[in-house]
Order: sequence, then C-alpha cells, then structure tokens
Amino acid sequence: MSALLEIERLQVDFGRTSAVRGVSLTVAPGETHCLVGESGCGKSVTSLAVMNLLARGARRRADRLAFQGQDLLGLPERGMARLRGNAMAMIFQEPMTSLNPAYTIGSQMTEVLRRHKAVSQRAATERAADLLARVGITAPGMRLGQFPHQLSGGLRQRVMIAMALMCEPRLLIADEPTTALDVTVQAQILRLLAGLQRDLGLGLLLITHDLGIVARVATRVSVMYAGEVVESATTADLFANPRHPYTQGLLRCVPVPGKVRRDEPLGAIRGTVPRIGPGFEGCAFRDRCDFADASCARAVPRHAAGATHEYLCRLAPGPAKTAA
Amino acid sequence: MTPPAIEVRQVRKTFAIRSGRVVAVDDVSFAIPPGGVLGVVGESGCGKSTLARLILGLLAPDSGEVTVEGQTVGGMDRKARARLIQPVFQDPFSSLNPLARVRDIVAMPLVAQGTFGRAEIERRVDELLARVGLSAEMGRRLPAELSGGQRQRVAIARALVLRPRIVVCDEPTSALDVSVQAQILNLLAELRRDLRLTYLFISHNLAVVEHVASEVAVMYLGRIVERGTTDALFAKPEHPYTKALLASVLTPEPGLGVPDVGLGDALPDPANIPPGCRFHPRCPVAEPRCASERPPLKERAGGGVECWIA
Repeated sequence: MSALLEIERLQVDFGRTSAVRGVSLTVAPGETHCLVGESGCGKSVTSLAVMNLLARGARRRADRLAFQGQDLLGLPERGMARLRGNAMAMIFQEPMTSLNPAYTIGSQMTEVLRRHKAVSQRAATERAADLLARVGITAPGMRLGQFPHQLSGGLRQRVMIAMALMCEPRLLIADEPTTALDVTVQAQILRLLAGLQRDLGLGLLLITHDLGIVARVATRVSVMYAGEVVESATTADLFANPRHPYTQGLLRCVPVPGKVRRDEPLGAIRGTVPRIGPGFEGCAFRDRCDFADASCARAVPRHAAGATHEYLCRLAPGPAKTAA
Repeated sequence: MTPPAIEVRQVRKTFAIRSGRVVAVDDVSFAIPPGGVLGVVGESGCGKSTLARLILGLLAPDSGEVTVEGQTVGGMDRKARARLIQPVFQDPFSSLNPLARVRDIVAMPLVAQGTFGRAEIERRVDELLARVGLSAEMGRRLPAELSGGQRQRVAIARALVLRPRIVVCDEPTSALDVSVQAQILNLLAELRRDLRLTYLFISHNLAVVEHVASEVAVMYLGRIVERGTTDALFAKPEHPYTKALLASVLTPEPGLGVPDVGLGDALPDPANIPPGCRFHPRCPVAEPRCASERPPLKERAGGGVECWIA
C-alpha cells in the first residue's frame, strides 16, 4: 500500500535555530505513527510544517513532502487550504484555545463541512450531530447549541475530534490530544481515536511525549531528539529492543506502577538538551550520553537493526547494550 | 509522644460561586507521622490543591482543624510557620519572580525572617544551591534563563533554605519532561532521606505517587474515598474509583491496548455533588442504595475505604 503522507529530509529553521533537521517519516492508511520526544524536540514543528501552518519567519525545506502522492512543497496556499480540514485534518492539544469561544459548537462544526463540500446547512447539522454521538457525546442536539466554555475539557476534546472528522479525512494529525486531560478521560479519548481509526481506515500521526500512550496505540514509532528522528521502529521492536542511548534513557525514566521500588532512584538522563544552530555537527545527544567518544562529534551513521528499525548512532547493531 | 507532622481533623472548605457553594474539601481527616510521605491522588477539581493550601495555612478551613507538629496552623506566627512548613508548587514558570536573580529568590525566606546576617544568608544560599545541583553561575541568572527542571530546583532550594521539617509538594513534576521529572523525583527522595523531611505529595500521576509515597490517599469530589499504605493500595485497591484510576495508567507495555475504564460520561461537578455516594453516577458496580445512602468508612489495616460494595 502506498503511503498517505511522505516526509523526506524535512528541515525547519527559525532564524539561527534549527528546529527540525532532516526528519523523514511516512504514514500509511490505517496506521498510527507516533512521533515521540520531549518539549522542544521539534515534534510539533514537524506537524505544523506538514500542514503549512508554521509561524511567519520559519523556513521550510524538504526533499519531498507529499500527501496521497501529491506534492505539498510547491502547492500554493489556496490548494493547501482546500486540503486542510478536509482530506487532512488536525487536532491540537488545547481544545479551549483552538475552539472559537464566540461561536456555538454547531456553527463551528458545520462551517468546516460547508467550506469544503456543497452541502446544505441542514445536512451539515445532521452530520455534526451524528459525529458528536459517534465520539460518545450524549444529547448531541443540545451540545450543538452550546458554547465551548459550557463544556468540560474532555467534552471539548471530543468536539475537536468530531470536527476533524466532518469532511472524512484520510489523514489525521493529533498533537498531544490528551495531555490536558485527566487519566480516566485520557483513556476514553484514546480508545475513541483507536476505534475511529480502525473503522474509518484513517492514517494517524500522533504526537506525544508519553511513552505509555505510544506503547498502547502506535503501530510505528519515531523518537525525536533535538530536531532529528534518532530512532524509528515498529512499536513492539522499539520497546523490546531500543538501540539509541536516548531511547534507552527515556524508557528508564518512566516510573511503571508495580515495577518501581521506593527509595531506589529512577533512571534519569543527566544534563539538558543543547541549542542547535546552523553548522552543528555530530550527535546532539553526545554530551548526555554514557557511550559517547570523540567520533560522536563527527557525522553520525544511520544503522539498521532489521528491515523496519533504524537509528542514528555510532554504536553498531549487535547485542543491545544498556548503560550501567 | 511526638505529635504527627501533619494532622488534619474533619476539615471542610467551601467557596462561594454565583450559583451557590462549591464544596472543595469535605470532612477530611488524616495524619502523617514525622518522616512519612503521604501521596494524595485524584483528578482535576477533586480538592487536592485546596487541601495543600489549607495545610500551608494559605486558606482557613470553614470547620475542623489543621495542626503541624501539634500546633494549629491558623494560629501560628507567619515567620514560625515558614520555618516549619514550606511549599513546592507545580509551575516553576509562574512561582518564581521573573525579575529576581536566582540567588535572591532562594535568599528571600531568610531575608523575610529578619534575623539572619548577610554572611549567614550568603553561606546558606551557597549551600542550598549546591545541594539541589545548581552551580554558583546559575545563581546569578534570571528564571527566564533557566530550563523547567532548573527552575524547579530553584523552587526546591527556596523551600528548604529555612530548614523546614515539612514540605508540601503540589504536582512538583507535572510540568516537566519525563527525563527531567526523574531527576527532580530523585532529588526530592535524596533530600527527604538526608534532611529527614516529611512530605505531603500531591499528584495526578499514580506511578509517580507509587514511587515516592509510603501512604496514599485517593480523593474524589472533596473526600478521601480510600486510604492505605502504598503497597496495599496498589496491590489490592478496593474502591471502584481507585481501581479505575489504576486501570487508566498507560504503562509503556506494547500490545496491551487502551483499557476500558468503564466510567461513562457523567463527569464530576464540585458545585453539584451527588447524594449518597458521590461516585455513584460513574461507578460501574453501583447498587440502588449507593444513590441515596452515604457509604460508611470501612476500616482497613493502615487505612480505610468509603464504599458500600468494597
């Protein structure tokens, strides 16, 4: 099956800071590709670059950026506006700031559909009510007449999901869709997304910092660090066999219920993320890495640990090493 | 007999809103022994931050009493209270004065006491900065020049500079990345051991609470619905809400999928607390009496549970 979304060597610079450095990834129909990393690693910038929603002053370059085979790099803004919210939709983290407080849920949901498709207001309202019911909102008719502030955080996030589905997108990009929510609500929203994706065959690019979410919903994972994808693998492979020292470190930082002992320190990654400017060379993780040597200041090789597992590190694939 | 480090007796706190009153903390009682760590877990709006503020003396209870080392918090002199109990808050971006240098932020509690000489203040600030892993050079910076984890280290240094015996941590790592969260949790654990501190540790993250706390209290709509030793509560949760919370934790184990926690859509509203058991509208195992009769507190070894069914 051909990919829905293809990104090859994407680069995004803001002034003298490189936010995204040579990111490549693909999303196939029916696949959940998780982009995981800590704040500032460039995961949100990557998604905004795909949607061409970067802030003014950002420079975007890539060898290839295509959606359903169609090139997005040369696509004028009018063409992009026809795709956005239509065949490719996005859900943002904060549903309070991404819904317009001055309009009802119903008018915001129907606007999306009527902007892209020739449908009557009545048909659009029916579809909005159907989708609200589908995302588990009771009394959808009443909700359509309400304003965002009248809904809880969990309900607003469901509205965002329903709105993203109005035009039957093929690709959904969700940027930290559950980060602002309580754990019980998070589980409900993730189940909902997984179910919709399965039923509708959506391609989902899910951006998160939470390795628990990644493990439970992803088919494929790309780990980002300082603007680069440092490791990419199928989910089972990544968790069983992490190769990059950063991935290994991240996995050791997560306290797991029933598996952590009190008074025993958690694995932590020392130091902080470096600032990357133009002309930066070598591995961006080297100052925090237990395996670093002089060669890490030079160009870093990309190794394959199997047909679908790649990582960016001087350490050759072989028996997996773990830091002491 | 030494009194508990923190004792909360039948404390109730309400706030006025346009349409009536919100009951934020409703008849809560517990005690933490010196050197203990009580973890308080619950979802947004359950009253856990109000509880922290009541214990710090930043809010006065409507009824009931909060004592710290046997003294009523409300009746204490502010300076004496500051020497005994200190907070570490969630957001290191808004809890530090953006115009003050790190050194001055850490020195502020000493300066406010009015009894420390300049040399003593400098000496203690140096000691604390080193203790929390910040260099002297960091001391000359402004908060905006620090990362989130470094700011939280500043907040911890400020909390400890008066050598308090009790620290109230309200979501101290929730705004941080996992790798930084691990650094801060390790630091808090090390400081507690070395300085023999008592912590009240509030978090919505159960895995974090399991890592740091010796005892856990689960709050729901202003009440503690279950309390027990950490080992017992995580091994054998009894309250359906505790079970749901534990089931919601997404551990990094591939292949398990996202669990169905079965809580439905009825979200808790502190302005409109249901009769009977306040959890019954979301409870997957509720019986008819749960909707009308308030469940009794059933004593358990090292804690208790408020539920008809448990």
